[in-house]
Amino acid sequence: MNLKLKVWRQDNAEDDGRFEYFEALDISPDMSFLEMLDVVNEGIISDGDEAIAFDSDCREGICGTCSMVINGVPHGGQKGTTACQLHMRHFNDGDTIVIEPWRATAFPVHRDLIVDRSSFDRIQRSGGFISVRTGSVPDANATPVAKENSDLAMDAAQCIGCGACVAACKNASAMLFVAAKVSHLSLMPQGQPERNRRALAMVNQMDEEGFGNCSVNGSCEAVCPKEISLDFIARMNREYGRALLKKGCS
Amino acid sequence: MSLASNIFNTSLGRKYLMALSGAGLFGFVVVHMLGNLTIFAGPAAINQYAAKLHSLGPLLWIARLSLLGMVGIHIWAAIKLSSENKRARKFQYEGTIEPVDSHRKSEIVSRYAARTMIYSGLIIAAFAFYHLAHYTWKVPQINGLNNIDFETFYVHDVNAGEKQIAYTTALPEGVGKEGENAVDVYRMVTSGFGVWWISIFYIISVGLLCIHLSHGLSAMFQSIGIKSKASQKLINRFALTAALLLFAGYVSVPISVLFGFL
Repeated sequence: MNLKLKVWRQDNAEDDGRFEYFEALDISPDMSFLEMLDVVNEGIISDGDEAIAFDSDCREGICGTCSMVINGVPHGGQKGTTACQLHMRHFNDGDTIVIEPWRATAFPVHRDLIVDRSSFDRIQRSGGFISVRTGSVPDANATPVAKENSDLAMDAAQCIGCGACVAACKNASAMLFVAAKVSHLSLMPQGQPERNRRALAMVNQMDEEGFGNCSVNGSCEAVCPKEISLDFIARMNREYGRALLKKGCS
Repeated sequence: MSLASNIFNTSLGRKYLMALSGAGLFGFVVVHMLGNLTIFAGPAAINQYAAKLHSLGPLLWIARLSLLGMVGIHIWAAIKLSSENKRARKFQYEGTIEPVDSHRKSEIVSRYAARTMIYSGLIIAAFAFYHLAHYTWKVPQINGLNNIDFETFYVHDVNAGEKQIAYTTALPEGVGKEGENAVDVYRMVTSGFGVWWISIFYIISVGLLCIHLSHGLSAMFQSIGIKSKASQKLINRFALTAALLLFAGYVSVPISVLFGFL
């Protein structure tokens, strides 16, 4: 199949950036989206030009590195799928595909389709951990965890921190990401001692990074490659309220 | 940071303020609508209801001041939150969302009511100000009726004795006195909404309020953390039903006046 690409090009963080057009010829429908870009890049390089810069790592949908908005949708139009797992068979011969970087003030564009997501790292560092080593893999059932809690914690832990939620949100809000991280540990016994501190610190760091606020549209949930539920934002709101009250009363 | 500064200075704290002040204001619009509907029970009913409200004295002022406080907090938080949102996302995407699956588009693109909260909110605030000037402060220049001042609309003397008061007999212009005579709310409303453009403005504003509530009433449950996938359907249905009932209730009054039922 043959496609036309309209790709965002930007030399560095200071550059204004512009769209450039490329032809993607002889693309196999079995290729992933990133493989298609690899093919286009090889052509660009052999012409002596700068390749389209984009992030990728595992290419199996679990690392959260690939980040591009395809036709207005972060990670493209397939539900629960990262860009690296999006296959070209979902496009039609002759399509024009618009490829842009994540757009958020807290995710400045580094180059072309690569954005700087260290704001997520700083949020994670502010409280998304447990300080005390709780040992290696424990014996089964040594620490009892209710089935509902372990299921929910696993759902939240699926977040790969790719930032698609921020990219999709009209307010560039990071609340789905932060909610997943806050909820994950607050549901586990190991996360209890730092539960309140964590909620307060992560929310404060999120605000400091300049992300927007949730206005309950659900765009984040719709594009999340791990299908993290909006319910976790409600849970984070509860966790934060609880932490505020505990702190205010102590 | 103390509890209060945390609530006012963080994103989630401001969302709580937004939700709680919104809930309080929703309570007000419900009670206000029920009060309005007493007009269908005749002039005596609404005039007595209004006289009762005005006789509450300090309680009325507590209610008024807390409403003003809630409006202030709601507007302050709204402006703060939406300016942060604008700053957080300065660029829009070029790519237009073409759904791969037919159901995808609406999930990603936010709904009209949600997208326009700040605009519907600000228009409602402007309308509320006009509405107060119209019926509460009774500014004669803005009521659209030449030479008619609502300030002169009174019903017969309160001193006639509690039992005999029907609050229906209108006093001639210039006879009643503020504070001594009950206000003739019935006459005020029927002549006020007799002006077609005032009724249209009112209907549009109430429509916007109900669009605003159709999102706000459901989002507030999320903001205070009591919404889930399980309760979402029920909450959304409540929001939509409440918005529609409020619209019907409010609009019934100007419509009845315009079509001569009142």
